[in-house]
Amino acid sequence: MLEYLLRLADDRLVLGHRLSEWCGHGPILEEDIALANIALDLVGQANLLLGRAAAVENAGRDADALAFLRDSREYRNALIVELPKGDFGFTIVRQFLFSTYALHQWDALASSKDADLAGIAAKAVKESRYHVRHSAEWLVRLGDGTDESHGRAQDALDELWRFTGELFLTDALEQELAAQGLAVDSSTLGAPWRRDVEDVIARATLRLPAEVYMQRGGRDGVHTEHLGIMLAEMQVLPRTDRGAQW
Amino acid sequence: MVTGDERRPPSRAAIYAVLDRVKDPEVPVLSVVELGIVRDVEIAGDAVTVVVTPTYSGCPAMQVIEDDIVAALDGAGIPGARVRTVFTPAWTTDWIPETAREKLRAYGIAPPGHSGVHAPVQLRRAEKVRCPFCGSTDTSLRSEFSSTACKAMHFCNACTQPFEEFKAI
Repeated sequence: MLEYLLRLADDRLVLGHRLSEWCGHGPILEEDIALANIALDLVGQANLLLGRAAAVENAGRDADALAFLRDSREYRNALIVELPKGDFGFTIVRQFLFSTYALHQWDALASSKDADLAGIAAKAVKESRYHVRHSAEWLVRLGDGTDESHGRAQDALDELWRFTGELFLTDALEQELAAQGLAVDSSTLGAPWRRDVEDVIARATLRLPAEVYMQRGGRDGVHTEHLGIMLAEMQVLPRTDRGAQW
Repeated sequence: MVTGDERRPPSRAAIYAVLDRVKDPEVPVLSVVELGIVRDVEIAGDAVTVVVTPTYSGCPAMQVIEDDIVAALDGAGIPGARVRTVFTPAWTTDWIPETAREKLRAYGIAPPGHSGVHAPVQLRRAEKVRCPFCGSTDTSLRSEFSSTACKAMHFCNACTQPFEEFKAI
């Protein structure tokens, strides 16, 4: 269960940190605030999940230790969330692709037999609905906007598509937990995700990318070069001054 | 003078009266009871435990609220209270009573509509939110996110005033 909880938590912690990089740099004030709010939700969800992971592990590590004292090889997030934030179009397309996935995942996890995880999911699914709506609205506005915004949104979609397959990979560990009613088999999330994504892409007058080779490795701790650099910045303070409070 | 032997456990009503004076630091017209953050009060002998549920997963006010609850009870002669967090059932704005919604409106924050959590995600919000200042429904949504996670930002075209809405969740 620890491994599974880390996958869920790390997706949210890493994406939340990437979103937080927009704070003070948003294209307009309202969007600066919105991205920071979504980041706060995601980091909050990660905090709850890491708290549950720490309780399951029961080895003296707390949520902070799991967040700040693991190296990139120990992180279990999918590759899509660790890519640099790019331009606003890239951030919105990624947020839409991930939030749609997260919405279906939380929805299923709300009936997990792990009561703590089910409670976290029941709360988070409501937050995810706002994330999906916000990012989908922006995606339509960018895709159906100017040539410049359309082009950037399409480029982002084409670039990100090869990182979407990893979200729906399952393995023996996950299937074992799913059989016990604790986890959700990620491969079952692909069809509803695809349906929602195709709908919004069409409304945004964007083109669904062609099938490509799907990148993978994050769930096994094999990451892009970007994660280590991000973690270095995220973790520098607690690693430099152990036990620091801020 | 009350000695340890004679001290009677505080009543639920007395504890709730204290908790109703603890306000949300970001929405200071509503108490933590009105907001539905306080789910229960457990009394076992002298030990008081306040059961709370967070509003949003990442709400930074929750730690402040927990500290405020302990401090308020301590100030009312109920020292050493504990706060326990539960996640089920998940917090919803549907728990906010009508009297509290009126307080929000008077404070200049549009109260939440019904959460409708089981409806499919709509790309656009169907309903206009009524301006808490002039009462007009000629308003437009500026952003689903505002000064805190629990609010959205609107603009009233009638009185040309921006306003916040406590959003349904």
